[in-house]
Amino acid sequence: MAQDKEKVCCGREAGPQSKLITKCCAKRLHYVEGFLQTTQKEIPQIRTQWSWQDWLGTFAVRLGIKRYSYMVSPGLYAAGTPTPESPVLVTGNYKLSFDHLRKHLAGIDAWILVVDTRGINVWCAGGKGTFSAEEVNRLIELTSLSDYVSHRKIILPQLAANGVCSREISKKTKFKVLWGPVLAKDIPYYLSHDHVLTEAMRTVTFTLWERLVLIPVELSFIFRLSTLFIILALFILSSICSQGICLSYGWQRIWYLLLFSVMGIFSGAVVTPLLLPWVPGNMFAVKGGFVGTFLGIGMLHIVYGSDERGMLQLALLLITVALSSYTAMNFTGSTSFTSPSGVEKEMRKAMPMQILVTLVALVIWVYVGVAPQ
Amino acid sequence: MKYLNNVVTLKLDEAKCVGCMECLEVCPRLVFEKYSSKIRIKDLDACIECGACALNCAPKALTVQPGVGCAAAIINSWFPQKKDSGCC
Repeated sequence: MAQDKEKVCCGREAGPQSKLITKCCAKRLHYVEGFLQTTQKEIPQIRTQWSWQDWLGTFAVRLGIKRYSYMVSPGLYAAGTPTPESPVLVTGNYKLSFDHLRKHLAGIDAWILVVDTRGINVWCAGGKGTFSAEEVNRLIELTSLSDYVSHRKIILPQLAANGVCSREISKKTKFKVLWGPVLAKDIPYYLSHDHVLTEAMRTVTFTLWERLVLIPVELSFIFRLSTLFIILALFILSSICSQGICLSYGWQRIWYLLLFSVMGIFSGAVVTPLLLPWVPGNMFAVKGGFVGTFLGIGMLHIVYGSDERGMLQLALLLITVALSSYTAMNFTGSTSFTSPSGVEKEMRKAMPMQILVTLVALVIWVYVGVAPQ
Repeated sequence: MKYLNNVVTLKLDEAKCVGCMECLEVCPRLVFEKYSSKIRIKDLDACIECGACALNCAPKALTVQPGVGCAAAIINSWFPQKKDSGCC
Protein backbone atom coordinates (compact mmCIF):
# COMPACT_ATOMS: atom_id res chain seq x y z
CA MET A 1 0.00 0.00 0.00
CA ALA A 2 2.66 2.48 1.05
CA GLN A 3 4.70 1.67 -2.03
CA ASP A 4 1.69 2.07 -4.27
CA LYS A 5 1.14 5.53 -2.88
CA GLU A 6 4.68 6.65 -3.48
CA LYS A 7 4.32 5.61 -7.08
CA VAL A 8 1.12 7.56 -7.61
CA CYS A 9 2.03 10.63 -5.64
CA CYS A 10 3.95 13.63 -6.67
CA GLY A 11 6.29 16.20 -5.24
CA ARG A 12 9.59 15.61 -3.56
CA GLU A 13 10.31 12.46 -1.73
CA ALA A 14 9.84 12.79 2.00
CA GLY A 15 12.94 13.98 3.82
CA PRO A 16 14.46 12.38 6.92
CA GLN A 17 12.69 12.18 10.28
CA SER A 18 13.02 15.17 12.59
CA LYS A 19 14.01 15.11 16.25
CA LEU A 20 11.33 15.66 18.85
CA ILE A 21 10.92 19.10 20.35
CA THR A 22 13.12 19.72 23.41
CA LYS A 23 12.95 22.44 26.01
CA CYS A 24 16.11 24.21 24.95
CA CYS A 25 14.93 24.35 21.29
CA ALA A 26 11.45 25.43 22.25
CA LYS A 27 12.78 28.35 24.30
CA ARG A 28 14.06 30.00 21.15
CA LEU A 29 10.84 29.63 19.16
CA HIS A 30 8.73 32.73 18.69
CA TYR A 31 5.52 30.69 18.76
CA VAL A 32 6.23 29.19 22.19
CA GLU A 33 5.18 31.51 25.02
CA GLY A 34 6.06 29.42 28.04
CA PHE A 35 6.17 25.96 29.52
CA LEU A 36 3.48 23.92 31.19
CA GLN A 37 4.71 22.23 34.38
CA THR A 38 3.59 18.64 34.56
CA THR A 39 4.71 15.79 36.77
CA GLN A 40 6.61 14.37 33.79
CA LYS A 41 8.15 16.95 31.50
CA GLU A 42 7.78 20.64 30.82
CA ILE A 43 5.56 21.01 27.78
CA PRO A 44 5.95 24.00 25.45
CA GLN A 45 2.86 26.22 25.43
CA ILE A 46 2.10 27.69 22.04
CA ARG A 47 1.00 31.21 21.23
CA THR A 48 -2.36 31.37 19.49
CA GLN A 49 -1.56 34.74 17.93
CA TRP A 50 0.45 34.94 14.74
CA SER A 51 3.52 37.16 14.89
CA TRP A 52 5.15 38.94 11.94
CA GLN A 53 7.47 35.94 11.47
CA ASP A 54 4.45 33.70 10.90
CA TRP A 55 2.92 36.07 8.36
CA LEU A 56 6.24 36.45 6.55
CA GLY A 57 6.76 32.69 6.49
CA THR A 58 3.24 32.08 5.20
CA PHE A 59 3.71 34.68 2.50
CA ALA A 60 7.00 33.10 1.43
CA VAL A 61 5.74 29.51 1.20
CA ARG A 62 2.67 30.67 -0.72
CA LEU A 63 5.11 32.10 -3.27
CA GLY A 64 6.93 28.77 -3.33
CA ILE A 65 9.94 29.96 -1.29
CA LYS A 66 11.36 27.47 1.25
CA ARG A 67 8.18 25.49 0.80
CA TYR A 68 9.87 22.17 1.43
CA SER A 69 11.68 23.17 4.62
CA TYR A 70 8.91 24.96 6.49
CA MET A 71 8.38 22.72 9.47
CA VAL A 72 8.05 22.48 13.22
CA SER A 73 9.55 19.86 15.49
CA PRO A 74 7.25 16.94 16.18
CA GLY A 75 6.19 16.24 19.76
CA LEU A 76 3.68 17.23 22.40
CA TYR A 77 2.66 20.87 22.79
CA ALA A 78 0.09 22.61 24.97
CA ALA A 79 -2.53 25.20 24.06
CA GLY A 80 -3.55 27.13 27.17
CA THR A 81 -3.25 25.02 30.32
CA PRO A 82 -4.57 21.55 29.46
CA THR A 83 -5.49 19.05 32.17
CA PRO A 84 -5.64 15.23 31.91
CA GLU A 85 -9.24 15.59 30.72
CA SER A 86 -8.40 18.03 27.92
CA PRO A 87 -8.74 16.93 24.28
CA VAL A 88 -5.76 15.85 22.19
CA LEU A 89 -5.50 17.40 18.72
CA VAL A 90 -3.19 15.67 16.26
CA THR A 91 -1.63 17.48 13.30
CA GLY A 92 1.29 17.30 10.86
CA ASN A 93 4.55 19.20 11.15
CA TYR A 94 4.20 21.46 8.11
CA LYS A 95 4.39 24.82 9.81
CA LEU A 96 1.46 26.25 7.84
CA SER A 97 -0.78 23.40 9.09
CA PHE A 98 0.47 23.90 12.65
CA ASP A 99 0.00 27.68 12.42
CA HIS A 100 -3.56 27.38 11.20
CA LEU A 101 -4.35 25.03 14.04
CA ARG A 102 -2.92 27.22 16.82
CA LYS A 103 -4.48 30.36 15.37
CA HIS A 104 -7.90 28.90 16.16
CA LEU A 105 -7.13 27.68 19.67
CA ALA A 106 -7.41 30.99 21.53
CA GLY A 107 -9.10 30.37 24.87
CA ILE A 108 -9.04 26.59 24.42
CA ASP A 109 -7.10 24.22 26.67
CA ALA A 110 -5.86 21.29 24.63
CA TRP A 111 -2.91 19.03 23.97
CA ILE A 112 -1.40 19.21 20.50
CA LEU A 113 0.39 16.14 19.22
CA VAL A 114 2.49 17.08 16.19
CA VAL A 115 3.45 14.01 14.19
CA ASP A 116 6.38 13.95 11.80
CA THR A 117 4.84 14.24 8.32
CA ARG A 118 8.28 15.41 7.08
CA GLY A 119 7.07 18.96 6.72
CA ILE A 120 4.19 18.04 4.42
CA ASN A 121 0.67 19.41 4.90
CA VAL A 122 -2.01 17.15 6.34
CA TRP A 123 -3.83 16.14 3.17
CA CYS A 124 -0.79 15.60 0.97
CA ALA A 125 0.94 13.78 3.82
CA GLY A 126 -2.03 11.42 3.99
CA GLY A 127 -1.66 10.76 0.27
CA LYS A 128 2.10 10.36 0.46
CA GLY A 129 1.88 8.03 3.44
CA THR A 130 3.87 10.22 5.86
CA PHE A 131 0.75 10.90 7.94
CA SER A 132 -0.08 7.31 8.81
CA ALA A 133 -1.34 5.20 11.67
CA GLU A 134 2.22 3.97 12.29
CA GLU A 135 3.48 7.55 12.56
CA VAL A 136 0.70 8.52 15.00
CA ASN A 137 1.40 5.39 17.04
CA ARG A 138 5.12 6.21 17.09
CA LEU A 139 4.49 9.72 18.45
CA ILE A 140 1.94 8.48 21.01
CA GLU A 141 4.62 6.17 22.37
CA LEU A 142 7.59 8.56 22.07
CA THR A 143 5.78 11.37 23.88
CA SER A 144 4.20 9.00 26.46
CA LEU A 145 0.90 10.65 25.69
CA SER A 146 -1.05 8.35 28.02
CA ASP A 147 0.89 9.78 31.00
CA TYR A 148 -0.58 13.22 30.35
CA VAL A 149 -4.22 12.36 29.69
CA SER A 150 -6.73 10.29 31.59
CA HIS A 151 -8.92 9.50 28.55
CA ARG A 152 -8.25 7.40 25.42
CA LYS A 153 -9.38 9.66 22.61
CA ILE A 154 -7.42 11.60 20.01
CA ILE A 155 -8.80 14.01 17.44
CA LEU A 156 -7.35 13.77 13.95
CA PRO A 157 -7.98 16.12 11.04
CA GLN A 158 -10.48 14.45 8.73
CA LEU A 159 -8.24 15.09 5.73
CA ALA A 160 -5.60 12.78 7.22
CA ALA A 161 -8.01 9.86 6.75
CA ASN A 162 -6.57 9.03 3.33
CA GLY A 163 -3.33 8.04 5.09
CA VAL A 164 -4.46 7.02 8.56
CA CYS A 165 -6.28 3.77 9.19
CA SER A 166 -7.96 4.58 12.49
CA ARG A 167 -8.43 0.99 13.66
CA GLU A 168 -4.65 0.41 13.51
CA ILE A 169 -4.25 3.17 16.10
CA SER A 170 -6.90 1.84 18.47
CA LYS A 171 -5.54 -1.69 18.10
CA LYS A 172 -1.98 -0.71 18.99
CA THR A 173 -2.35 2.15 21.47
CA LYS A 174 -5.97 1.83 22.68
CA PHE A 175 -6.54 5.44 21.66
CA LYS A 176 -9.79 5.88 19.75
CA VAL A 177 -9.63 8.18 16.74
CA LEU A 178 -12.26 10.91 16.44
CA TRP A 179 -12.30 12.62 13.06
CA GLY A 180 -12.20 16.37 13.49
CA PRO A 181 -13.22 19.02 10.98
CA VAL A 182 -11.61 19.62 7.57
CA LEU A 183 -10.65 23.18 8.53
CA ALA A 184 -8.97 24.22 11.79
CA LYS A 185 -11.34 27.17 12.09
CA ASP A 186 -14.18 24.75 12.93
CA ILE A 187 -12.32 23.19 15.88
CA PRO A 188 -13.86 25.50 18.52
CA TYR A 189 -17.32 24.52 17.22
CA TYR A 190 -16.36 20.85 17.15
CA LEU A 191 -15.09 20.89 20.74
CA SER A 192 -18.06 22.83 22.09
CA HIS A 193 -20.67 20.71 20.24
CA ASP A 194 -19.73 17.32 21.61
CA HIS A 195 -17.66 16.32 18.56
CA VAL A 196 -20.57 16.69 16.15
CA LEU A 197 -20.01 18.56 12.92
CA THR A 198 -22.24 19.93 10.22
CA GLU A 199 -22.06 18.42 6.75
CA ALA A 200 -20.31 21.55 5.48
CA MET A 201 -17.53 21.16 8.06
CA ARG A 202 -16.90 17.64 6.78
CA THR A 203 -16.62 18.71 3.16
CA VAL A 204 -13.77 20.26 1.20
CA THR A 205 -14.52 23.50 -0.58
CA PHE A 206 -12.67 25.37 -3.30
CA THR A 207 -13.59 29.00 -2.91
CA LEU A 208 -12.27 31.96 -4.87
CA TRP A 209 -9.84 32.75 -2.06
CA GLU A 210 -8.71 29.12 -1.81
CA ARG A 211 -7.98 29.15 -5.54
CA LEU A 212 -6.27 32.53 -5.40
CA VAL A 213 -3.66 31.57 -2.79
CA LEU A 214 -2.57 28.59 -4.90
CA ILE A 215 -1.75 30.61 -8.00
CA PRO A 216 1.74 31.88 -7.04
CA VAL A 217 3.01 28.38 -6.33
CA GLU A 218 1.46 27.19 -9.60
CA LEU A 219 3.40 29.90 -11.44
CA SER A 220 6.61 29.02 -9.63
CA PHE A 221 6.36 25.51 -11.12
CA ILE A 222 6.22 26.97 -14.62
CA PHE A 223 9.10 29.44 -14.40
CA ARG A 224 12.09 27.20 -13.88
CA LEU A 225 15.54 26.88 -15.37
CA SER A 226 14.16 24.83 -18.25
CA THR A 227 12.08 27.85 -19.26
CA LEU A 228 15.32 29.57 -20.33
CA PHE A 229 16.16 26.72 -22.71
CA ILE A 230 12.68 26.90 -24.22
CA ILE A 231 13.09 30.66 -24.73
CA LEU A 232 16.48 30.03 -26.38
CA ALA A 233 14.89 27.48 -28.72
CA LEU A 234 12.11 29.93 -29.58
CA PHE A 235 14.72 32.61 -30.29
CA ILE A 236 16.49 30.32 -32.76
CA LEU A 237 13.17 29.46 -34.44
CA SER A 238 12.32 33.15 -34.66
CA SER A 239 15.70 33.91 -36.21
CA ILE A 240 15.19 31.66 -39.23
CA CYS A 241 15.00 33.97 -42.22
CA SER A 242 15.22 33.63 -45.99
CA GLN A 243 19.03 34.01 -45.78
CA GLY A 244 19.42 31.41 -43.04
CA ILE A 245 19.74 32.69 -39.49
CA CYS A 246 19.29 36.41 -38.80
CA LEU A 247 19.76 37.07 -35.09
CA SER A 248 18.66 40.71 -35.02
CA TYR A 249 15.54 39.71 -36.95
CA GLY A 250 14.89 36.97 -34.42
CA TRP A 251 15.44 39.45 -31.58
CA GLN A 252 12.66 41.63 -33.02
CA ARG A 253 10.30 38.72 -33.53
CA ILE A 254 10.75 36.77 -30.29
CA TRP A 255 9.18 39.49 -28.15
CA TYR A 256 5.83 38.95 -29.82
CA LEU A 257 6.07 35.22 -29.25
CA LEU A 258 7.02 35.73 -25.59
CA LEU A 259 4.27 38.27 -25.03
CA PHE A 260 1.59 35.89 -26.28
CA SER A 261 3.18 32.97 -24.40
CA VAL A 262 3.04 34.92 -21.15
CA MET A 263 -0.57 35.75 -21.97
CA GLY A 264 -1.28 32.03 -22.44
CA ILE A 265 0.31 31.14 -19.10
CA PHE A 266 -1.50 33.99 -17.36
CA SER A 267 -4.73 32.80 -18.92
CA GLY A 268 -4.27 29.16 -17.90
CA ALA A 269 -2.62 29.57 -14.51
CA VAL A 270 -4.33 32.71 -13.20
CA VAL A 271 -7.53 33.64 -15.03
CA THR A 272 -8.90 30.12 -15.62
CA PRO A 273 -8.43 29.00 -11.97
CA LEU A 274 -10.10 32.17 -10.69
CA LEU A 275 -13.06 31.90 -13.08
CA LEU A 276 -13.16 28.09 -12.79
CA PRO A 277 -16.82 27.56 -11.85
CA TRP A 278 -18.04 29.94 -14.56
CA VAL A 279 -15.93 28.84 -17.53
CA PRO A 280 -17.73 26.28 -19.73
CA GLY A 281 -16.40 22.73 -20.06
CA ASN A 282 -15.72 19.87 -17.68
CA MET A 283 -12.12 19.37 -18.63
CA PHE A 284 -9.60 21.90 -17.41
CA ALA A 285 -7.83 21.77 -20.78
CA VAL A 286 -11.07 22.86 -22.48
CA LYS A 287 -11.65 25.61 -19.94
CA GLY A 288 -8.10 26.84 -20.43
CA GLY A 289 -8.42 26.74 -24.21
CA PHE A 290 -11.64 28.71 -23.99
CA VAL A 291 -10.21 31.47 -21.80
CA GLY A 292 -7.00 31.47 -23.86
CA THR A 293 -8.95 32.08 -27.07
CA PHE A 294 -10.68 35.09 -25.54
CA LEU A 295 -7.56 36.61 -24.03
CA GLY A 296 -5.48 35.83 -27.12
CA ILE A 297 -7.94 37.65 -29.38
CA GLY A 298 -7.97 40.55 -26.92
CA MET A 299 -4.19 40.68 -27.03
CA LEU A 300 -4.22 40.68 -30.85
CA HIS A 301 -6.49 43.73 -30.72
CA ILE A 302 -4.10 45.52 -28.38
CA VAL A 303 -0.96 44.70 -30.33
CA TYR A 304 -2.16 44.74 -33.94
CA GLY A 305 -5.41 46.70 -33.84
CA SER A 306 -8.50 45.22 -35.39
CA ASP A 307 -7.47 45.15 -39.07
CA GLU A 308 -4.19 43.31 -39.32
CA ARG A 309 -5.03 39.59 -39.40
CA GLY A 310 -2.94 36.96 -41.11
CA MET A 311 -0.85 33.85 -40.63
CA LEU A 312 1.37 35.60 -38.09
CA GLN A 313 -1.56 36.52 -35.87
CA LEU A 314 -2.99 33.02 -36.20
CA ALA A 315 0.29 31.52 -34.95
CA LEU A 316 0.35 33.83 -31.94
CA LEU A 317 -3.27 33.04 -31.09
CA LEU A 318 -2.66 29.29 -31.32
CA ILE A 319 0.35 29.55 -28.99
CA THR A 320 -1.77 31.41 -26.43
CA VAL A 321 -4.55 28.82 -26.64
CA ALA A 322 -2.20 25.82 -26.36
CA LEU A 323 -0.29 27.22 -23.39
CA SER A 324 -3.45 28.31 -21.63
CA SER A 325 -4.96 24.85 -22.11
CA TYR A 326 -1.82 23.12 -20.83
CA THR A 327 -1.31 25.29 -17.75
CA ALA A 328 -5.01 25.08 -16.87
CA MET A 329 -4.76 21.29 -17.09
CA ASN A 330 -1.86 21.40 -14.63
CA PHE A 331 -4.03 23.20 -12.12
CA THR A 332 -5.96 19.95 -11.60
CA GLY A 333 -3.21 18.96 -9.16
CA SER A 334 -4.11 21.87 -6.87
CA THR A 335 -7.85 21.40 -6.83
CA SER A 336 -9.99 19.61 -4.30
CA PHE A 337 -12.49 18.05 -6.68
CA THR A 338 -10.55 16.23 -9.42
CA SER A 339 -9.90 12.50 -9.38
CA PRO A 340 -6.63 11.02 -10.67
CA SER A 341 -8.54 8.73 -13.06
CA GLY A 342 -10.32 11.78 -14.46
CA VAL A 343 -7.11 13.78 -14.83
CA GLU A 344 -5.41 10.93 -16.66
CA LYS A 345 -8.37 10.55 -19.00
CA GLU A 346 -8.35 14.28 -19.66
CA MET A 347 -4.61 14.31 -20.32
CA ARG A 348 -4.78 11.44 -22.80
CA LYS A 349 -7.37 13.37 -24.75
CA ALA A 350 -5.96 16.88 -24.40
CA MET A 351 -2.21 16.51 -24.66
CA PRO A 352 -2.08 15.29 -28.28
CA MET A 353 -4.22 18.31 -29.21
CA GLN A 354 -2.03 20.70 -27.23
CA ILE A 355 1.12 19.33 -28.86
CA LEU A 356 -0.45 19.44 -32.33
CA VAL A 357 -1.64 23.03 -31.93
CA THR A 358 1.79 24.10 -30.64
CA LEU A 359 3.55 22.43 -33.57
CA VAL A 360 1.19 23.98 -36.10
CA ALA A 361 1.72 27.39 -34.49
CA LEU A 362 5.51 27.05 -34.60
CA VAL A 363 5.50 25.83 -38.21
CA ILE A 364 3.41 28.86 -39.21
CA TRP A 365 5.70 31.09 -37.14
CA VAL A 366 8.81 29.87 -38.97
CA TYR A 367 7.03 29.95 -42.34
CA VAL A 368 6.00 33.59 -41.82
CA GLY A 369 9.57 34.42 -40.84
CA VAL A 370 11.03 32.90 -44.00
CA ALA A 371 8.35 34.04 -46.44
CA PRO A 372 9.06 37.36 -48.22
CA GLN A 373 7.20 40.24 -46.61
CA MET B 1 -17.72 21.95 -8.42
CA LYS B 2 -17.81 18.66 -10.30
CA TYR B 3 -15.33 16.99 -12.62
CA LEU B 4 -15.67 14.32 -15.31
CA ASN B 5 -18.43 11.70 -15.18
CA ASN B 6 -18.04 7.94 -14.86
CA VAL B 7 -14.28 7.75 -14.50
CA VAL B 8 -13.65 7.11 -10.82
CA THR B 9 -12.52 3.69 -9.62
CA LEU B 10 -14.52 3.64 -6.38
CA LYS B 11 -16.47 0.42 -5.85
CA LEU B 12 -18.79 -0.75 -3.08
CA ASP B 13 -19.45 -4.39 -2.34
CA GLU B 14 -22.79 -4.12 -0.50
CA ALA B 15 -22.59 -7.70 0.75
CA LYS B 16 -19.46 -6.92 2.76
CA CYS B 17 -20.70 -3.64 4.28
CA VAL B 18 -21.36 -3.91 8.02
CA GLY B 19 -22.87 -0.45 8.42
CA CYS B 20 -20.15 1.05 10.63
CA MET B 21 -20.56 4.39 8.81
CA GLU B 22 -16.83 5.14 9.03
CA CYS B 23 -16.80 6.04 5.31
CA LEU B 24 -19.54 8.61 5.86
CA GLU B 25 -17.32 10.30 8.39
CA VAL B 26 -14.03 10.33 6.49
CA CYS B 27 -15.33 11.20 3.01
CA PRO B 28 -14.67 14.91 2.31
CA ARG B 29 -16.95 14.91 -0.74
CA LEU B 30 -20.31 13.54 0.56
CA VAL B 31 -20.12 10.56 -1.80
CA PHE B 32 -22.00 8.20 0.53
CA GLU B 33 -25.33 8.17 2.28
CA LYS B 34 -26.97 5.95 4.85
CA TYR B 35 -29.31 3.38 3.31
CA SER B 36 -31.34 1.22 5.70
CA SER B 37 -28.66 -0.09 8.08
CA LYS B 38 -25.82 0.13 5.54
CA ILE B 39 -24.44 2.73 3.18
CA ARG B 40 -24.74 3.34 -0.51
CA ILE B 41 -23.02 5.53 -3.05
CA LYS B 42 -25.05 8.69 -3.47
CA ASP B 43 -22.78 10.69 -5.77
CA LEU B 44 -20.08 8.65 -7.51
CA ASP B 45 -18.84 11.49 -9.72
CA ALA B 46 -18.08 13.65 -6.68
CA CYS B 47 -15.39 11.13 -5.64
CA ILE B 48 -11.81 12.36 -5.90
CA GLU B 49 -10.23 8.96 -5.20
CA CYS B 50 -8.41 10.15 -2.08
CA GLY B 51 -8.66 6.64 -0.64
CA ALA B 52 -9.80 7.60 2.88
CA CYS B 53 -12.93 5.42 2.82
CA ALA B 54 -11.22 2.29 1.51
CA LEU B 55 -8.37 2.61 4.00
CA ASN B 56 -10.78 2.97 6.92
CA CYS B 57 -13.28 0.33 5.79
CA ALA B 58 -12.69 -2.57 8.18
CA PRO B 59 -14.65 -5.21 6.19
CA LYS B 60 -13.00 -4.04 2.95
CA ALA B 61 -16.33 -3.38 1.29
CA LEU B 62 -14.96 -0.29 -0.42
CA THR B 63 -12.14 -0.28 -2.95
CA VAL B 64 -10.60 2.56 -4.89
CA GLN B 65 -7.37 3.20 -6.75
CA PRO B 66 -6.06 6.13 -4.70
CA GLY B 67 -3.81 8.91 -5.88
CA VAL B 68 -3.50 12.63 -6.51
CA GLY B 69 -5.07 14.26 -9.53
CA CYS B 70 -1.93 16.01 -10.62
CA ALA B 71 -0.83 16.28 -14.24
CA ALA B 72 2.88 16.35 -13.43
CA ALA B 73 2.64 13.13 -11.41
CA ILE B 74 0.70 11.43 -14.17
CA ILE B 75 3.22 12.45 -16.82
CA ASN B 76 5.89 11.03 -14.53
CA SER B 77 3.98 7.79 -14.18
CA TRP B 78 4.12 7.44 -17.99
CA PHE B 79 7.91 7.73 -17.75
CA PRO B 80 8.68 5.68 -14.66
CA GLN B 81 12.37 6.62 -14.40
CA LYS B 82 11.69 10.34 -13.85
CA LYS B 83 11.16 11.67 -10.34
CA ASP B 84 10.74 15.00 -8.53
CA SER B 85 7.88 16.74 -10.24
CA GLY B 86 7.00 18.96 -7.29
CA CYS B 87 3.27 19.34 -7.30
CA CYS B 88 1.93 18.85 -3.82
